[in-house]
Amino acid sequence: MVLVFAEHQKGKFKKTALEAVTFGYKTAQMLGIECAALVLGATDYATDLGQYGAAKVWQVSHPALDNFDSQVYAAVIADAARQLGASVVVLSATANGKSLLGRLAVRLDAASVAGVNALPRVDGGAFRIQRPVFSGKAIAEYELRSEVKVISLTGNAIAPEVNGQSAPVQPLEVAVPTPRVRVKAVKRIEGIVPLPEAELVVSAGRGMKGPENWGIVEELAEALGATTACSRPVADAHWRPHHEHVGQTGIAIRPNLYIAIGISGAIQHLAGVNNSKVIVVINKDPEAPFFKVADYGVVGDAFDVVPRLTEAVRNFKASH
Amino acid sequence: MKLLVCISKVPDTNAKIAFTNNQTEYDTAGVQYIMNPYDEWYALVRALELKEALGGSVTLVHVGTADSETIIRKGLAIGADDAVRIDADPKSALFVAQQIAELARNEHYDIIFLGKETIDYNGAEIGAMVAEYLDLPYISYANHLEVNGTVASVTREIEGGAEEVEVNLPFVVSAAKGMAEQRIPNMRGIMMAKTKPLKVLPPVPIEDKAVVVMYQTPPAKSSVKLVAPENMDELVRLLHEEAKVI
Repeated sequence: MVLVFAEHQKGKFKKTALEAVTFGYKTAQMLGIECAALVLGATDYATDLGQYGAAKVWQVSHPALDNFDSQVYAAVIADAARQLGASVVVLSATANGKSLLGRLAVRLDAASVAGVNALPRVDGGAFRIQRPVFSGKAIAEYELRSEVKVISLTGNAIAPEVNGQSAPVQPLEVAVPTPRVRVKAVKRIEGIVPLPEAELVVSAGRGMKGPENWGIVEELAEALGATTACSRPVADAHWRPHHEHVGQTGIAIRPNLYIAIGISGAIQHLAGVNNSKVIVVINKDPEAPFFKVADYGVVGDAFDVVPRLTEAVRNFKASH
Repeated sequence: MKLLVCISKVPDTNAKIAFTNNQTEYDTAGVQYIMNPYDEWYALVRALELKEALGGSVTLVHVGTADSETIIRKGLAIGADDAVRIDADPKSALFVAQQIAELARNEHYDIIFLGKETIDYNGAEIGAMVAEYLDLPYISYANHLEVNGTVASVTREIEGGAEEVEVNLPFVVSAAKGMAEQRIPNMRGIMMAKTKPLKVLPPVPIEDKAVVVMYQTPPAKSSVKLVAPENMDELVRLLHEEAKVI
């Protein structure tokens, strides 16, 4: 069985969880086995995971699971995987997923691969799977040589697909250890799609000259329904909040569309964004290194180009 | 406070990424190596700050061959007290984690630090593995860490926000930007580092379970398609019809 750990936030499943179930379903099909989902804690939507391919959803309910402690979660997931006889365990490569993967590898005596972006394949009996390495500058193909395999799926790598119907939800009895990490507060910025999950991102850099000029960036983002981001110098100068900083030391993202405005494209910035599917660069310097990795480029003054682009997007949205 | 900082060696950010031996090995020819920035700038410096405030010692551990000595000495020059090198090629996350756990099992460190990920393989797996081997709590992607007696308050990055947690010592933590500020070693530190203890230990043998069998470099991007600034309707059309992203 392929067992997908489907993460939820206060009971609601995010796109990354649906992607993981879709990935689990397709992997199970390839292996000729069943896909099931595992849900920890309270949620009313567990049955919906069936639509993405889970034949069954197992739910472990316990008050200790309301907060995240990687030690507790790993113990429960590993126990469930053993009870259910899972041969592949799939996680999302989220903040929580990343702190679970290594633990599960140790607990299940399993080979693990972090942040895969494509389905596995079986080649002459060998289980092979690819993941980007060197900040997306190369792809490594791994062979997993163990009975049980643990895989985390990077966000936005495959789209959630509806493959089935609602699935029966069954309780699973698993011992839940006492948490040693005490969660005091969870602070989330409400109302925006967090950058690691955003499909469309509008990002700007020093070329904007000052924080007072961000209005046109925000308008473009709003017209597109995109999340805003920025380069490191902009965050360091406190023109924009640190949580918007994408790049090697900030957040690594892989949206479908990344629009970079007034960002030269230093290698440290590219390391965080070059997994984006499509990159648009707007820069008045035709020699800006960012153009070398861009799909589309506009050589021009951001203060002129961005409002024109916003208007074009609005016209497009109005007619579609 | 007895603190352990795990440091790894990575190709410089500007290093060329190429593969050799029929695309099965990273081509190290001409590659400059550095200490992984997350280990150096955040994990190590925060450990040193805690030692300065609360007393104790900071030990470095590195899994690598003899040519790693330069980066270990740099860590000592920045201020660590001593270092241990496990003499082996760090061939997988599980291998490295097991070596670190083996050392830490007998030494009883209060906090084990590492960077949030290495900038080459970006796996972010080792901290969780070390914590699991040692049956310790693990806080990943921490950007703030305070210690008060035997309790630590830690802030960790989560999607679109932050989580504030408390945990009793001992535990394992991975450091992200914000936890500390980079320190440049001074001349005195560099001189002192030359005589600080650096112990070399043999590795514990383990069998690898996840093995890289081939590397590929992504196909070169076709050159950028330029659109005139006056023609933003055309850019929107391309994004919709050609790229299919809006």
